[in-house]
Parts: sequence; C-alpha cells; structure tokens
Amino acid sequence: MTNLIRPSGSRENALIMNRFDLTKRLVSKLHAKEAVIGGIGNNNFDLWANGQRPENFYMLGSMGLTIPIAFGVALAQPARRVFALEGDGSLLMQLGALGTVARSSIKNLTMIVFDNGMYQITGKQPTLTDSCVDLVSIAQGSGITQSCWAKDEAHFEQLIDEALTKDGPHFIATRIDDKTPVASTDRDPVKIRLGFMQALSLNQ
Amino acid sequence: MTTDNPTKAKQEAWYEIVLRVLKSNDVSLITYVPDKVLAPLIKALHADPYFNVIAPAREEEAIGIITGSYMAGLRGITLMQTSGFATLANVLASLAVPFQIPVLMMISERGTLGEFQVGQAIVCRTMRPVLDTLGIENYAIERLNDVEFIVDNMIKQAFATQAPAAMILSPLLTKRSAKN
Repeated sequence: MTNLIRPSGSRENALIMNRFDLTKRLVSKLHAKEAVIGGIGNNNFDLWANGQRPENFYMLGSMGLTIPIAFGVALAQPARRVFALEGDGSLLMQLGALGTVARSSIKNLTMIVFDNGMYQITGKQPTLTDSCVDLVSIAQGSGITQSCWAKDEAHFEQLIDEALTKDGPHFIATRIDDKTPVASTDRDPVKIRLGFMQALSLNQ
Repeated sequence: MTTDNPTKAKQEAWYEIVLRVLKSNDVSLITYVPDKVLAPLIKALHADPYFNVIAPAREEEAIGIITGSYMAGLRGITLMQTSGFATLANVLASLAVPFQIPVLMMISERGTLGEFQVGQAIVCRTMRPVLDTLGIENYAIERLNDVEFIVDNMIKQAFATQAPAAMILSPLLTKRSAKN
C-alpha cells in the first residue's frame, strides 16, 4: 500500500511501540478522573499494571465489547472523558460499534487500539490486520473523522492531548510489539464493578 | 368497546404500557436491533424525547452499551428478537451475570405459534434453556392485563438484586392484541 501522505497516517509507517509504555503515557495525562475501560486480556493487564486507578474498569470476558461499554459510560456521564483500550482482534469482532459511536456524535469518548497483528494471548496467531485490514481506514469509513495512526510515542502523546481538549469521538490506532504484559488483573468481577461505580460516585 | 362512550379512556396497547412503565422506573436509554413486532414500541420510543434511543449493529453491542451506562448511573434496556437473543450467550455469561449487571432485555418471541421460518422455529427453542442455564430471571407476557405488573416488577427486581432480566413478549400478547 502506498498511502504515504494521508494525514491519518498508515499502519506500515507507524512505529512499533509497547503497550505498557503507551498505557503509562496515557495514564500520566489523566488528572480529571477520566474513566478508562480496559479490554479483554493484555489490554487490561497493562492498565492494571499502571496503577489500578479507581476509574478503571477491567473487562474479563465479552470480547469485543470494550467500545460499547465505554460508549455507555460516556452517554451516562457527558461531563467525564472516557477512554476505551482495545486490541486488534477484539475490535475486529465488533466493527459495527465504530458506526454506532460515529452516528451518536458523542464528544467525550476516545478509542485507543493496540494493534500487534496477532491474537497474542492465545499463541500469537495472526489477525486480519497482519495482512490486509487497516483499522484507521475502517474507523474513517465508519464515520469517525478524527481517526489516526500514532506515528511514534511523541505523536501518541500529542493525540492524547487532543483527545483531552477537543470534542470527540477520537480513534487512535497504535502498532505495538508482542511483549507480554507487566502484570495480571485480579479477576473478581463484582469487586471491579463496585470499585468502578464508586469511583464514578454511583455505587447503587 | 369504547365506541359507545367516546369520553372513556381508550385501552392502552401493550407498547404504550411498556413505554409508561419504563419511564416510571427511570429507564431512559434504549438500545435495540429491530423486529417487526417491536416496531410500534420502537416508533413510540423514538417519538418521545424522554428516551435516548440507539440502534447498534448487533445485540452484543446493545448489551455492552447499557452495561456501561448502568455503571455510570443511567438505566437502559435492550430490545431484540428471539434470534438476536441467540447471539448473546457469551456476553451474558462473561459480563452481565458475573459482574452482576441488571441488564434488562425485552425479547419479541418468534419461532412459535404460527412461525413460517424453520430457522426461527429452531433457534427459539434455545432461548429458555440458555436463560435458565445462566440463572437469568425470565417471564413471558401473554396477556395485556399482565404487561404492567410483569414489566414493572421485573425491572424493580433486576435493579434491587443486580441481576439481568428477560421479558419475553409472547405471540399470545402481540399477535392477538394486534388483531383486536
């Protein structure tokens, strides 16, 4: 593919970065009790490893539902910014969610995809992004105009700054390596839900 | 019945009762994948500014959205058809049930009492076994007189006990009342 000068960048020109490091860069910029929904497996493991903020929700199953859950949180609390951390394999399972988000014109939602082109946790089998699928193109085609590949770490931080100051929805795709996550989330669903709801001041 | 006395209030249709009971229980977020039987309810919900109505691409998405909204303080319900429910076993088993989320589902029952599509008839038979296996409270609404009681109490129990609930709209209610 030859799309070199697209403002949204291209997958092949994006630097291969690291999920834990990028998550750390994101979390270090969150000072307003932003909600973060960590997708299944490695995405929420590295979120957990970055400090267990009370406003984090760790999804333990329901592969593909990170963005819908984050979208629901964003709908309920329009004054709070919400981030969804999703993997390439997971997003490929629920591509319609991008159109649902785009049609809603929701302002406080940012979707971050960590794309390593593989189902890393099950043995590194390749996903569709490893060969022909470009998730930023799909996001744009779904109507999310602010969709971009992060070229490198500095660009990723710049995109996060924009997500924290400008109206969304935002879609940020990153290429990452296949390093194993730094820690593993405690798997207690009710504790996770109650802690998250309490942090959102709605422990009902 | 009301033609003799035009001043007497018209009998509410099932979907008018459902809309009123959703409101009285503060359920204002609606996510749905459409169905012909649900169409008058969907139309009435879209027409009422109290409701935020979202039509995602799949039932799984619809459940994810109301799960997120519940955790952030906004009550929602997902409307779907029997065949749509059949796509939900994994997300109910891994999200709604273990996280104890009061996911409200209203399911229009196809596949029985006059079905013409064999696939609908077959998939319909999976619905109650899946609900029962997952321990999800479920009731079929068969008569107009029961709509308010069942919907109101299932919603209240779901939130009081942090548990999903499935309200099944039987053809006994929707097919028959359509002809009345």
